[in-house]
Amino acid sequence: MGKKTPLYDSHIEAGGKIVDFGGWDMPIHYGSQIKEHNAVREAAGMFDVSHMTIVDVRGPDATAYLQALLANDVAKLKETGKALYTGMLNQDGGVIDDLIVYRMDGWYRTVVNCATREKDLEWMTAHTKGFDISLTERPELAMIAVQGPEAIGMVQKVQSEAAELIDSLKVFQGLAHHGWFFARTGYTGEDGLEIMVPQENAADFWTQLVEAGVQPCGLGARDTLRLEAGMNLYGNDMDESTSPLAAGMGWTIAWEPTDRDFIGRAALEQEKAAGTPMKQVGLVLETRGVMRSHQRVVAGSGEGEVTSGTFSPTLQCSIAIARVPADTGDTAQVDLRGKLTDVSVIKLPFVRNGKKLF
Amino acid sequence: MSNIPADLKYVASHEWIRVEADGTVTVGITDFAQDQLGDVVFVELPEVGSTVAADDDIAVVESVKAASDIYAPLAGEIIAVNDDLADEPEKVNEDPYGEAWFFKMKLADAADLDGLLDADGYSAVCE
Repeated sequence: MGKKTPLYDSHIEAGGKIVDFGGWDMPIHYGSQIKEHNAVREAAGMFDVSHMTIVDVRGPDATAYLQALLANDVAKLKETGKALYTGMLNQDGGVIDDLIVYRMDGWYRTVVNCATREKDLEWMTAHTKGFDISLTERPELAMIAVQGPEAIGMVQKVQSEAAELIDSLKVFQGLAHHGWFFARTGYTGEDGLEIMVPQENAADFWTQLVEAGVQPCGLGARDTLRLEAGMNLYGNDMDESTSPLAAGMGWTIAWEPTDRDFIGRAALEQEKAAGTPMKQVGLVLETRGVMRSHQRVVAGSGEGEVTSGTFSPTLQCSIAIARVPADTGDTAQVDLRGKLTDVSVIKLPFVRNGKKLF
Repeated sequence: MSNIPADLKYVASHEWIRVEADGTVTVGITDFAQDQLGDVVFVELPEVGSTVAADDDIAVVESVKAASDIYAPLAGEIIAVNDDLADEPEKVNEDPYGEAWFFKMKLADAADLDGLLDADGYSAVCE
């Protein structure tokens, strides 16, 4: 038996099929992953993401600490609640994890992956030396992502006293409200909210959302939605042996100011000067079959690899994220169970706000 | 619990076999198998007229989650395949023992049927 979130009983009650995910007992689907996926693209769905790790960073040196720890620059966060996506790199420029940082009122909140929790905390703690800061995990907060074109309206119906605050949220901003935290972020390519809620309130809130018409969605739909949205999954699309420059994360590296010496900077500068040999692209298979991670890709002047592949319920064909030689053009071939099959190469993402983008 | 009809035969690789009145058999995948696979998105079927040996991989089911080979439960000739599954692969999830049959076979040797599992035997495989 794995760890259980405060919503475990709610998942069982809703018919969730439970699987192990990074040591947690989590729902993979509640009947049909494709129906759940479509609910998020067309109306509203919700995910229990309470297994993710929230770490608050406080203290006079919090900004300087995060500027050294992270490849993106928290100094870009000009107002309370603004968030940024960033990699946390090792000295060689490999990705230890990807995370979101929110600027709070004089401190920061980070959300890291559950499967990487222990090594992240170890790394973050090891680099506190010389900084006057504290790191506090917040396991008492549950987290529910409500996503889709109707998601925000449905949350406002259920949490009417927070409706005004929710209306004020810009994209990639989160604000606290009586012990809750509402953030206009997500992992689906749709508008929506990620809501941190005291664990004792989580099950009631979940039930109210179900009654309002929000579809419970499992990890299966979460994966197909994020893949359509061209968003990386740590451990699949990048890890400690991958440069962010070869994993579509170049935009998350804040090179300016040039004197900000974040961990991994020297290695990345060298790599950038030499030219990154690989790049991340999207693949589309218009014929039958489904691309899967680790399949070989023949592209450009060499070979690459599918890092995440699936069937896209929105596009009704198989799509994949792949790492391929930098000189790859518009087409490539994927080794599908022993058969080299033609695919088109596109710039990510595949889908945003319900629409095909290529 | 998954549904395991008593009037069918089974193999441990999760195919079901129904013996028809004329001695031919109809083959599909079990409720347990479709549940493990999740939403089915493609089904690739063998060619009508092909001769197969028991345990040959002759069809493929692709779900959102994984690709899975389907094996010939018995030796014989493929005499029909369910082309409807090309357009409606979701039938495999909705009606695994009915509309979502995969193929029909004429057996090389009817005595091979004795080697198949009954519902109790298959139920033990799924535990």
